[in-house]
Amino acid sequence: MTNREDTALMGHLMRRAGFGATYDELVDKAGCGYETAVEDLLNPEQFEPVDEELLYRFMPGYEGALGPPLNQAEWVYRMINTQRPLEEKMALFWHQLFATGNSKVDNPPEITQQIAMFRRCGLGKFRDILLELAQNPAMIFWLDNNGNHRGAINENWGRELLELFSMGVGNYSEDDIKEASRAFTGWTIGPKIPRNPLGRFYWNFEYRPEDHDDSEKTFLGNTGNFNGQDIINIVVDQPATARFLARHLYNFFVADEPQVPSWNITPPNDPDAIDRLIAAYNESDGDIRSMLRVLFNSDFFKQARFSRVKSPAELVISTARLAGNFTQPRPGFNSLAFECNYQGQELLNPPSVESWHTGSEWIDGGALVRRVNFAAGLLGDVSLPGVRSMVGALRDRGSLGPDEFVEACLEMVGPLEVSDGTRAELLDQARGDGELSWDTEEDATRSEKRAGVMLALIAASRDFQFA
Amino acid sequence: MTTTTKDPVVVVLQMTGANDYLNTIIPYTSGYYHDARPRVGIPEDKVIPINDELGFNPQMGPIKKLWDEGKVAIIHGIGYENSPRSHFRSMDIWHTCEPDIVGTEGWAGRVIRDLDPKGENVLKGINFGQGLPRALALRGVPITSVSSLETYGVLSNVPVEAERDQLLDRFARMYSPTVGTGAVMDYLGQTGRDALKGADIVRSAPEQYSSTVEYADTPIAKYLRDISQVYLADLGTQMFYTQHGSFDSHFNQPPMHTKLWTDMSSAISDFFDDLAEHDAGDNLIMVLFTEFGRRVRDNGTGTDHGAAGAAFVIGNQVKGGMYSTYPSLRPEDLSQGDLAPNYDFRGLYATVIEKWLGLDSVPIVGGNFEQLDFV
Repeated sequence: MTNREDTALMGHLMRRAGFGATYDELVDKAGCGYETAVEDLLNPEQFEPVDEELLYRFMPGYEGALGPPLNQAEWVYRMINTQRPLEEKMALFWHQLFATGNSKVDNPPEITQQIAMFRRCGLGKFRDILLELAQNPAMIFWLDNNGNHRGAINENWGRELLELFSMGVGNYSEDDIKEASRAFTGWTIGPKIPRNPLGRFYWNFEYRPEDHDDSEKTFLGNTGNFNGQDIINIVVDQPATARFLARHLYNFFVADEPQVPSWNITPPNDPDAIDRLIAAYNESDGDIRSMLRVLFNSDFFKQARFSRVKSPAELVISTARLAGNFTQPRPGFNSLAFECNYQGQELLNPPSVESWHTGSEWIDGGALVRRVNFAAGLLGDVSLPGVRSMVGALRDRGSLGPDEFVEACLEMVGPLEVSDGTRAELLDQARGDGELSWDTEEDATRSEKRAGVMLALIAASRDFQFA
Repeated sequence: MTTTTKDPVVVVLQMTGANDYLNTIIPYTSGYYHDARPRVGIPEDKVIPINDELGFNPQMGPIKKLWDEGKVAIIHGIGYENSPRSHFRSMDIWHTCEPDIVGTEGWAGRVIRDLDPKGENVLKGINFGQGLPRALALRGVPITSVSSLETYGVLSNVPVEAERDQLLDRFARMYSPTVGTGAVMDYLGQTGRDALKGADIVRSAPEQYSSTVEYADTPIAKYLRDISQVYLADLGTQMFYTQHGSFDSHFNQPPMHTKLWTDMSSAISDFFDDLAEHDAGDNLIMVLFTEFGRRVRDNGTGTDHGAAGAAFVIGNQVKGGMYSTYPSLRPEDLSQGDLAPNYDFRGLYATVIEKWLGLDSVPIVGGNFEQLDFV
C-alpha cells in the first residue's frame, strides 16, 4: 500500500518529468518506489516507442509535408501517448532552449526532424547534442550558417551558440564570437530543392572543406586550427556552460527562475541546487541523464511542488491526458495544437531564437481565459472517459461529506495542492448540496453532475495553473 | 484628428496570407499585366474601373460604392525593403515594426498602452479571433481577445448545466485578492479579475444592439458585426483588431480570391451601413493590410509570394483617393519578379497614430516615416 504522500510526490515527478498521469497510474508507480520511477523515466528505451505505422496511417501528413498544424498535432499525439514521458519532455526542453521557428525555416519536415533528433539524443552528453545541433539543417538555416563563409563570416550561429545555447552573455568576447564563427565556416546545407505542390524536400548537412577557414584561431584562450567540433569541445568544458545548463534544467524542471536574459546579473533562487547540478555535469562529462538523476532524486526538487506556471503545452497535454479522450489517432489533435498556439505557445514556431518567456509571462488576460475554459471544458465533461473514471472512483468511495468530496477531486487531478482561499470556495460549493451520495439512480445522476462542476471549478482555479 | 468629440477608434483588418495586389487593384490596361497573368488575370471587361489605368476587382462593387462616396484611401506599393517573402516573418515585421531583428512587442499594443497608460479600461483594445496576433502583444497591457461575442467569457464552455452566474461568482472569489499567496498568485488573481470584468462588460454589448443590417453568414461578417456591437455599446474601446483569410492563393486562385473578396466587400459595406444607421460612422476608421503582395507572373493556377502590396483606409473622415504610386510593372523595374515597394508601411501606421489618434508615432513605429494625408 502506498500512502497519500507517496502518491502526491509521484504526481509531482510525473508532471515535471512528463505530462502528468492519472491517479491510478500514480498509485501503481508509487507502489514500485520513487527511485524506480526515476530510473524508468531516465531509461526510456526499455519502453515501446510510439507506433510509427499507426501514426503514419492516420496522420499521413504528419512529417509536415503540409505544415502546421499537422506536424504540431503529431507532436501533441506523441506527448499525450508516449510510454517514454521524459524522452518527450526533453524534446520539449531542447525545443524551448534551441528555439527554431518555422516562421523563417519555412520547412516543416526539417523542424520535425530536429525534434526527432532531440528525442533521440536529448538525454545524452551535451557535447553530442551541440554537435548534432550544429549539423542540424533547420538550425543551420535558422541561424544563417549556410551564409557563413571563409573570408566572409556570418556570426549568427556563432553568437547564439555562445549566448543562448551554452554559456550565456558575459562569458566570452566579441572576438570569441568571430573566431567561433570562422571555425564553423563550411558547415552548411546542400542545395535546396524547390518546394513541390505537396510540400518540401529534406535538406542535408554538408561540410565543404573548400569553404572552411582552416587557419589559426584563438577561442576562449585556446589557440589552434579549430574546426566546429573543437569549438564545441572547448565550450562544453567551460564552467559557464555547466552553470547555464544547470539553470536551464532548474528553470524547466524545478521552479520558475527570472527570465534568461537577466541571468548574468540575477543569481539563482537556490544557489546550492545549481551547484549540485553543476557538480553532476562535471562528474559525468556533461551527461544530461546524470544531471537529471541528481535533480529528480534531490530534496530541492521534491520540495518544489507547484512552483512553476505550466507552459501552454504542459497545460494542454496534461489536461488532455486526464480527460482520456485522445488515446488514439482521431480528428481533434489539430485543435489541441491550435489550443497551445492560442494560449501562447505555438509549437515548432517559437517567437524568436530567444524562445518563449516562461513562468508568469505565460499568462495574460486572453491566455488565462483560454487556459481556464480549455481545462474546465474537458474536466467538467463527465462524458469523457478519463472524467468518467474519476466519477467512478468517487462512486467507489461511497457517500462523501463535503471535505471528502473536495479532497477526492483534488487528488484525482494532481493530487493538487490549493490555497486556503480556493479550498474554502470549493468546500462552500460542496456543502451547498450536502453529502455526495449514490444510493438511488437520481442521487447518482445528481452526484455525477456535481462532480463535473467541482472538477471544472478546480480546473478553473489559480492553483491549477501551476505544475 | 477626428472632428467629433468622441474618442477616435481604429479597426485593423488583417488580410492574412498575402492578398494579391495585382488582382485587387488591377492595372487593367497594362499589357505587362495581361502578359504576366495568362491564367489568373482578370479580363479588362470584368474590372470595375477607377480611372484609365486602374480598377477594382470585380467582387469589390460595394467597396467601389464607398470609394465613390470619397471614403476609401488606397495606399499603393506598401511594404519595406528586402521583403523576406515569408508569411510568418513578414507578418512579424508588420506586427512589431522591426524589419531587422525579431521583435516581440506589437505596435498596436504600444498604441493601446499610450491611449490608456494606466490600464484603466481592460477593453481599450479588443482582438476578435482565435489567439492574439503579435501586433497586440505587449507586457502589462491587458487585451481582451474574443473568438465569438455570443459565447465569450470565463467558463463559457462548461458542459454541465450549472448555474453559470453561481460559477462565475465562485471564480471571482477564487481569484479575489485576499487569498493570494505570493506575487505570481496575485498577478494571476488580477489577470483573472480583469478578464472577468472585461467579459461582463463585453457580454452586455449584444443586449443593447439592434440593426436592420443583415450581415452575411461568413467569418469576417461575423467578426465585423461583433465589432459593431461592441463599438456601438460605447465601452471606450479604441483599437479593434481582426483578420480574414487565408489569402495565400498559390493554387486555384480565381475561385478562391473571388470568394475572399466577395465576403470581404459585403462584410465591410454592411459594417459601414450599420454604423451609418446608428449615426456612428464619424469617429471610426478601418485599416486593411496584408503582409505582402503576390508575384507578378502567375504560376499557371495561382501566384507565389511577392513584395509590394496595397493597404486601404476606409471611413467617413477619410480623404478618399490614391496615395503613393502604383509600382511599375515593367520587367526591368521588378524586384525578383515582384512589384517593388515604394512606401514604408510604418508611415501608414504613423499617419493613423498621429493624425487620427493624436499620439506620438515615433516611439511606436520606431522612427520617422513619411506620413500621408488621408486623414
